[in-house]
Amino acid sequence: MSDTTILNRDDMVTAKTSVSVLFAGDSGDGMQLTGTQFANTVAVYGSDLNTFPNFPSEIRPPAGTVSGVSGFQLQFGTTGVYTPGAKFDVMIAMNAAALKANLKNLHHGGIIITDTDGFDAKNLNLSGYGEANNPLEDGTLKDYTVFKIPVVSLTRKALAETGLSTKIIDRCKNMFVLGVLYWLYSLPLETTIKTLKTKFRKKLDIAEANIKAVQAGYNFGDETEMFSQHGRFSVAPADKKPGVYRRVTGNEASAIGLAAAAKKAGLKLFLGSYPITPATEILQTLAGLKKWGVKTFQAEDEIAGVLTSIGAAYGGALAATNTSGPGLALKTEGMGLAVILEVPLVIINVMRGGPSTGLPTKPEQSDLLMAMYGRHGEAPMPVIAAKSPVDCFYAAYEAAKIAVEYMTPVICLTDGYLALSSEPMLIPSPDELPSVTPVFSPARKADDPAYLPYKRDERGVRQWAIPGTKGLEHRIGGLEKQHETGNVSHDPENHALMTKLRAEKVARVADIIPDLTIDNGPEKGDLLVLGWGSTYGAIKKAVEQVLEGGCSVAHAHLRYINPFPKNLREIMGNYKKVLIPENNCGQLLSMIRDKFLFEPVGFSKVQGLPFNEMEIEAKITDILKEL
Amino acid sequence: MTDTLAQLTAKDFTSNQDPKWCPGCGDFAVLQQLKNAMADLGLKTEEVVVVSGIGCSSRLPYYVATYGVHGIHGRALAMASGIKTSRPELSVWVGTGDGDALSIGGNHYIHTVRRNLDLNVILFNNEIYGLTKGQYSPTSKVGLRTVTSPNGVVDHPINTAALTLGAGGTFFARVMDRDGKIMRDIFKRAAEHKGTSLIEIYQNCPIFNDGAFDAFSNKERKADTTIYLEQGKPLVFGKNNDKGIRLDGFTPVVVDLGSSSVSENDLWIHDEKDFIKANMLSRFFDDPDASENFLPRPFGIFYVEDRYTYEDALTGQIAAAQENGEGTLEELLAGSSTWTIG
Repeated sequence: MSDTTILNRDDMVTAKTSVSVLFAGDSGDGMQLTGTQFANTVAVYGSDLNTFPNFPSEIRPPAGTVSGVSGFQLQFGTTGVYTPGAKFDVMIAMNAAALKANLKNLHHGGIIITDTDGFDAKNLNLSGYGEANNPLEDGTLKDYTVFKIPVVSLTRKALAETGLSTKIIDRCKNMFVLGVLYWLYSLPLETTIKTLKTKFRKKLDIAEANIKAVQAGYNFGDETEMFSQHGRFSVAPADKKPGVYRRVTGNEASAIGLAAAAKKAGLKLFLGSYPITPATEILQTLAGLKKWGVKTFQAEDEIAGVLTSIGAAYGGALAATNTSGPGLALKTEGMGLAVILEVPLVIINVMRGGPSTGLPTKPEQSDLLMAMYGRHGEAPMPVIAAKSPVDCFYAAYEAAKIAVEYMTPVICLTDGYLALSSEPMLIPSPDELPSVTPVFSPARKADDPAYLPYKRDERGVRQWAIPGTKGLEHRIGGLEKQHETGNVSHDPENHALMTKLRAEKVARVADIIPDLTIDNGPEKGDLLVLGWGSTYGAIKKAVEQVLEGGCSVAHAHLRYINPFPKNLREIMGNYKKVLIPENNCGQLLSMIRDKFLFEPVGFSKVQGLPFNEMEIEAKITDILKEL
Repeated sequence: MTDTLAQLTAKDFTSNQDPKWCPGCGDFAVLQQLKNAMADLGLKTEEVVVVSGIGCSSRLPYYVATYGVHGIHGRALAMASGIKTSRPELSVWVGTGDGDALSIGGNHYIHTVRRNLDLNVILFNNEIYGLTKGQYSPTSKVGLRTVTSPNGVVDHPINTAALTLGAGGTFFARVMDRDGKIMRDIFKRAAEHKGTSLIEIYQNCPIFNDGAFDAFSNKERKADTTIYLEQGKPLVFGKNNDKGIRLDGFTPVVVDLGSSSVSENDLWIHDEKDFIKANMLSRFFDDPDASENFLPRPFGIFYVEDRYTYEDALTGQIAAAQENGEGTLEELLAGSSTWTIG
């Protein structure tokens, strides 16, 4: 699309490379749905995309108040979209509270599209502005471009002839706004119309009303004089790799990753799980995959979640459990059992603000040390971390591969930010996915020598001996085992040996994991920004910015935290300084200090919010000044 | 292990590990009857998994020559549930104790029982913590003096039968550790029952709680303090079968069969399918040492209900979802909504 496309009227069309939009309204206004519709449209249109919902932890907080505001943020663009955007360029404010709650995050000079019907005396009072201080009238918004649209009134007018009740018509107001936005960004309506037809296929009048509303919003954009001064915008599609795409959230991606690994391995997937924010959608997604033979077990508690999974793993399933911090704490004893039994198990921990109940709906990276060390006894296990919503698929898949091929529990870390964010995923072909190869002990005959369940191969890995196999009957448990036989042993030397063998096995995972690579920037230079997990997008963007400014800064991102990639020390040695931004108080930093006796620069943010690129860019600039 | 089709014997179910229980422990008897029952049932060693938690009784899996997992404290039922859900064709047995099942594992107990997975659960109740050397348990009698209750237990004890039926259990039986033949039969009935079969064994701990069940096992007393439940038979007990239980409205009363006013026809007839009566039986929980007017303690099978099992229902849902074939990896990766670029 050129930057002067002209449609029905002589409106100027300005080309943009990326735009960040916030849909904000009352939690009953359907903002998640509206945002999702917009996201689907730009995705199909071919944009790069990243979305993030921001809703209250209460299900139905008081309507019209700031605490009841629900938001859906997304960034779409031609290039460089790694996050939902630090600040938004456009804000849809369906009521006064939505404006009040989010104005601070709108770019100076940004666009505000408001429903003026949501700024009546009642809404102004509930929002805390007060009816005498309507921000749309009193100059509060003088630094912004404000479009004041009486959305409810216009929607009622547009749908007057449908014969539907006012209540139902008013519910279509979000579609009207969506239509306006499609006009403003020169986007097609087809994806949304198609979705509405499918969604309301059994309620044709509702489908029609919603379609009419979205068309009315679009036509309003076309006809009103309101936009003539500013014109419209266009965002060219991204130069994306050709292929078939789907949109996934991190939690959906994690779930599909597990199911895909099971399919690839020829195993049945079992998930033992207890609902917990923000990890529950993994259980929900897998509960819907019965067609793929997935068994989900909604357990009575977190402990049963991990123990049923261990039972299933013992029985020969690809077993997983998913949780968030408080649940991981409850699972730790069970995870230790999985370590000593040496059965495959994937634990997906979707991190949130802690300690205790903490900030259940807010992301944090503060469970890293618990994942690493949070078990009694010497109980090492591989730890890997996902860096983006789509990467949750590959991280879960890889966790399953390591678990099965090394007969060990593996922790896969994601967080509330990745879990709920979404982005387009290029659907891989099954052949592109790495193999997942379980090694089962074969049946034995009566005169074969006694079976040794803890006999190891050259990597230190035992075989999977599952019930039902003739001749492999054996008894194992949480008590220390004799080397090879697996019989209970309290022998001091044996315990030392088994402790060492279990640790060496986990350490040998380093033999199959790829070397750490530089994501962006020079191979040697002034500063390496070393990240892990969901900080990826913000670091990526920040490093892009400083590289454009000619700085000698590189970005590397750790997927494998235990064991570390073999070349981590060498890579860090190629830079004068290493910066580690983390949404915790320096947990990776202390691991690196501990292992390499080397002092990186830490950068912590523990506000229940992800980093934004400006914060990281500013930190990089500060460090470079000191060099 | 055997390669022939010949039925296995108890010896075939004996592992190469020597039981490490104290001499005189009731656990030996349970182990023997379990192996007898497994042989009687025609089970194969490779199709059986014995699961346990922590405690003296939880050493059980090591001594049975089948598959076995000795887990962590309180979690045997959760682990067994995972095994049974993923491998419904296996015969899964659980050995657990009063501390393991009813204290630290209490939550798993009630939820396993209500889900009704096809598990056979042997609950060794010795009313004491043996492995940690003699602390009181959730089933210890009020007043019991132990190392952690030097002035006597004040906790009100759990009534296992009432808890099991209250939680929606479909099979409950109680048996005394020394009643080998009855135990063997009950194990077989439990195995044949499709659902969670709960067998509470009154198991004497000769070291830390010796004689806890004397009131019900002492040869001189047991005829008057216990009643053995048999399907379709009247509730009769006493040295000379001279006492019975009659329902006076909703109140069970002990009646003297010797008196001319009462005959066996007036007595409560045991029906293991009767949930209400099973609940009443579960409340026969008097301490014969505390009062002259006690109801005898029931042994045998209280209750059996045919109800769908969790694993069958789940398997059924999967089969229904796969009616038109199992989903492929391609379909899984693609999901329901895609778009094409380029």
